Amino acid sequence: MTPDARTEHAEAIACTGLRYAFGETNAVDGLDLTVGEGEVFGLLGPNGAGKTTAIRCITTLLPVPAGMVRVFDHDAAEDRMAVRRLLGYVPQQLSADAGLTGRENVELFARVFDVSRRERAARVDQALAAVDLTDAAERLAKTYSGGMIRRLELAQALVSAPRLLILDEPTIGLDPIARTGVWEHINAVREATGMTVLVTTHYMDEADQYCDRVALMHRGRVRALGTPTELRQGLADRRGTDTLPTLEDVFRDVAGSGLDDESGDFRDVRSTRRTANRVG
Amino acid sequence: MSEAPAAPRTVSADAPRAGGIDLLLRPPRPRAGWRLLPARVGAMCAVELQKLRHDRTELYTRAVQPALWLLIFGQTFTRIRAIPTGGIPYIDYMAPGIIAQSAMFIAIFYGIQIIWERDAGVLNKLLVTPTPRSALITGKAFAAGVKSVIQAVVVVIIAALLGVALTWNPLKLLAVAAIVVLGSAFFSCLSMTIAGIVLSRDRLMGIGQAITMPLFFGSNALYPVSVMPGWLQAVSKVNPLSYEVDALRGLLIGVHAHAALDFGVLLVAAALGIAAASSLLGRLAR
Repeated sequence: MTPDARTEHAEAIACTGLRYAFGETNAVDGLDLTVGEGEVFGLLGPNGAGKTTAIRCITTLLPVPAGMVRVFDHDAAEDRMAVRRLLGYVPQQLSADAGLTGRENVELFARVFDVSRRERAARVDQALAAVDLTDAAERLAKTYSGGMIRRLELAQALVSAPRLLILDEPTIGLDPIARTGVWEHINAVREATGMTVLVTTHYMDEADQYCDRVALMHRGRVRALGTPTELRQGLADRRGTDTLPTLEDVFRDVAGSGLDDESGDFRDVRSTRRTANRVG
Repeated sequence: MSEAPAAPRTVSADAPRAGGIDLLLRPPRPRAGWRLLPARVGAMCAVELQKLRHDRTELYTRAVQPALWLLIFGQTFTRIRAIPTGGIPYIDYMAPGIIAQSAMFIAIFYGIQIIWERDAGVLNKLLVTPTPRSALITGKAFAAGVKSVIQAVVVVIIAALLGVALTWNPLKLLAVAAIVVLGSAFFSCLSMTIAGIVLSRDRLMGIGQAITMPLFFGSNALYPVSVMPGWLQAVSKVNPLSYEVDALRGLLIGVHAHAALDFGVLLVAAALGIAAASSLLGRLAR
């Protein structure tokens, strides 16, 4: 399907009253969220805000015990396989297989998305070219740099022509040059394909620069929603200042104090540090 | 917060050209019905073979233990003649048991592998593809089987070099491969089932160590069931490794075996293992 053939202004994601609890902890506590088709949407918040749990519900990894999640009008609780066929997913961890070459890594995802043998090689070539990894395709992934591995994971996600690309902390642990490279490729592919991108990140400045709209999550709920400029201007108006605050200022304003004490449990922090360590 | 990359929001010079990504705009046609399962099994087996092609270290190091069993235990007990084998040399008698043991040792580590894949994000990424959980587990079970067959080939060669009189009938060898695949499918699923219960690599390693030796010694791999005490005979009767060894012994060295029963038990055990591991896979994804 070409971007032009897709329905304009359709909802890529619609979450209504989504709740998910781990024991007595409400990880997601009544999430209402709509992402339009073709948007680059940023889901922001500290560790433990509920971003990853929300994404796991959207990607069908977790059930939807309360509320509703729809992806391109498919119910994520009832119609999981249809939802999965629309998704490209890059988790926070470095998930490329180090023991396989770049090409083999992408081939695996071509196979599990039912790409026919006839067009598999050409499609894998195009996915690798889209992230500028053609020359490194025959090398084992364990020889790649952190930025190259992220681009390889992007190629794995792109090979099935997803309508919705979900990236969980795609630039965590990368140096500024590699982060720029990853975002350039995300943007280039988005512009060429018209796909919707849902991204979570800790980097408010990155979200400010690259996202069309952002949602600031805290304690399982969306505390602010809009374009980065709208949110920053809104805070400036409330404060009555001429200086435009940063997105981080907006986040501190809506989340209140005590962020440092609540930013994720041991497991969240360990996972984040492990990823950053492997990338670096 | 670190500084944002200072990049304009434009397409880079080396970005994909529109003409070069036409296939990435078209979703592949989904496989439907029965064709989905063999496709996923094929994908998982291909990955296993690709990894072995790039790094054969595991194949070589895993060959050491069965070689030592055959070389030391096999040759020594052949001289002692302490174990009733029905007139065949003890090393010939135990060779099929060692093949089954080395295959089981490979398969039993698949639970640790799946926990590693969960920690690395690989499992979640696969679970977000249009692959039913049962197909993913079946794929991994057969991948364990493929790896075990390659290991079995190595052990067969070692056994032949030590003078074990094995069959070279290609049909029988094909049946040996099928039995090894089924046995490994069961043991890998047993391991992945335990992984789905304990959820941690450390706990699974402890349990893995605790069950492999009892499974091995509680089978007919080293001695006939008839010489076991009653309670061990009961263990052996419910131990799928015994049926695997019995089938391999019949096929490889031509002794009397219960081929249909062995095949049936292994098939049912593998199916039950796949069902159990699939039902617990969701716990690993959380």
